[in-house]
Amino acid sequence: MSTFKEDSAYDMPHVGLSNETIDGDIATLNLGPTHPATHGIFQNILQVDGEKILSSEQTVGYIHRAFEKLAERRPYNQITPITDRLNYCSSPINNIGWHMTVEKLIGAEIPKRVDYMRVIVMELARIADHLICNSVIGVDTGALTGFTYLFQEREKIYELYEEICGARLTTNVGRIGGFERDFSPEFHRKLEDFFRTFPKVFNEFDSLLSRNRIFMDRTRGAGPISVERALNYGFVGPNLRAAGLDYDVRVMNPYSSYEDFDFSIPVGVAGDTYDRFMVRQEEIRQSLKIIEQAWKNLPEGSYKADIPEFYLPPKEEVYNNMEALIYHFKIVMGETPIPAGEVYHSVEGGNGELGYYLISDGGRSPYRLQFRRPCFIYYQAYPEMIIGQTISDAVLTLSSMNVIAGELDA
Amino acid sequence: MESNLTNEGAAAHIQAQFGAAVVSVDMPYDMLTMEIAAERMHDVIEWIRSDAELQIGFLTLLGGVHYPNDKGREFAMVYHLHSWTKNFRIRLKAFLPAENPSIATLTDLYDGANWMEREAYDFFGIQFNGHPNLVRILNEDSMDYFPMRKEYHLEDETREDKDDRYFGR
Repeated sequence: MSTFKEDSAYDMPHVGLSNETIDGDIATLNLGPTHPATHGIFQNILQVDGEKILSSEQTVGYIHRAFEKLAERRPYNQITPITDRLNYCSSPINNIGWHMTVEKLIGAEIPKRVDYMRVIVMELARIADHLICNSVIGVDTGALTGFTYLFQEREKIYELYEEICGARLTTNVGRIGGFERDFSPEFHRKLEDFFRTFPKVFNEFDSLLSRNRIFMDRTRGAGPISVERALNYGFVGPNLRAAGLDYDVRVMNPYSSYEDFDFSIPVGVAGDTYDRFMVRQEEIRQSLKIIEQAWKNLPEGSYKADIPEFYLPPKEEVYNNMEALIYHFKIVMGETPIPAGEVYHSVEGGNGELGYYLISDGGRSPYRLQFRRPCFIYYQAYPEMIIGQTISDAVLTLSSMNVIAGELDA
Repeated sequence: MESNLTNEGAAAHIQAQFGAAVVSVDMPYDMLTMEIAAERMHDVIEWIRSDAELQIGFLTLLGGVHYPNDKGREFAMVYHLHSWTKNFRIRLKAFLPAENPSIATLTDLYDGANWMEREAYDFFGIQFNGHPNLVRILNEDSMDYFPMRKEYHLEDETREDKDDRYFGR
């Protein structure tokens, strides 16, 4: 259990709560596990003195689904749907991260077009992820309007997913080696449409909140963390960048041809809710910039790698071609030989470094698969961030950290 | 960011400091992987963080692996660390015997290790000496076994309608 911090480093001067309890009357409050303000199933047992939080004890694991155990019994291509259910706000990044991990293990050569297509899909997912987080910060401060605006645009991203893979939330997008089909003309039309409408709506949302006096007073100083503490807690992604460190896997260890694109990494200074909000706002703009570059320069070529042992053949060929039938059977039954070895691959997920540590013993399913789930690691810091703050700030801090129960509990 | 640190250079540097504590060095898929004697693991991780040449100061991931057939080395603790100043990743492993799978905690170095170690305890039953609150985290407290150990099969073993030879391990 985290204890009440005596120093006032984390106090908010503008609220001006005293560090001393007034009448010694301390109450215990359950924040969660099921409450609309927690945006997921998390329990926090708070000790409060009036509005002020003195200590917090967390319980997690309410939706633990034993993904790492499940993965030890599934062939490699059947693990993709598990990854959907980690951070379900940006499933395509999880899916593609997993595909790339397996490709690294088997040493597959991936065409440039696939890289660019993946970048487009992953950046769309990042936008969708950040849209949810930021519009929910708005909701938690009492501004529902922006949320409704942005969810119309998020719907368009989901339609784009549908156009690529037929699914919306748990996308299971692509395959080991690329995509199941090329982007359709309808996809290009819808993406064009998205580019026409989204920036306008997004800018309107931005103008509603970013320089809004009430919003700024409400979010500045709420749930801050210093960059040293954030590093020690294993923070990554927008939450770390809001504290002032520009670590981004896309730049540090480029994957899927991210080195080809020109974009910048926004950083904050205070590590509070306002900075987390602003970092995500800017990341959405940068993601748009990346999509535009990838889309304009989409290379010619195949939408899949030439790895017939791992990539399902087209259905017509399975019926008419002996070789295709054999490959189809081997892939579906998980009979493809896989090299033994161990790889760690990471991608920049919606919440930062999403890693896959895969140990293969040459069997049909992984010997061990461990996910580095950024939420799980940085959610530990939550008590430290809210102690000395008010209950309403605790709610804001939780939503601005973008803790996703699926990723937290695996 | 350019890295002037090579796998070979870093391995030699750590070996020069810790000598026999480094059991083996490997580089699968171009990632430096070193096996370290379990009792020295904490010292190695502490040292590579403060050493000016390595500056490996970010704990990316830690977790257990179960090798039930490897006598005396049934459990492995695998640590992934990353130097952001040198952009260098390293994987450290320590093997622990089944009778007493215990290793020093990293919570004094990295606060982020707290829950990851609780998870490794929850899944594999690995003991972390000095951990402030080593209780289950994802599974319920009353569980009386460690589910990620290989002897616990995913499905009911009494099932006869599925043949393991055709469906998974």
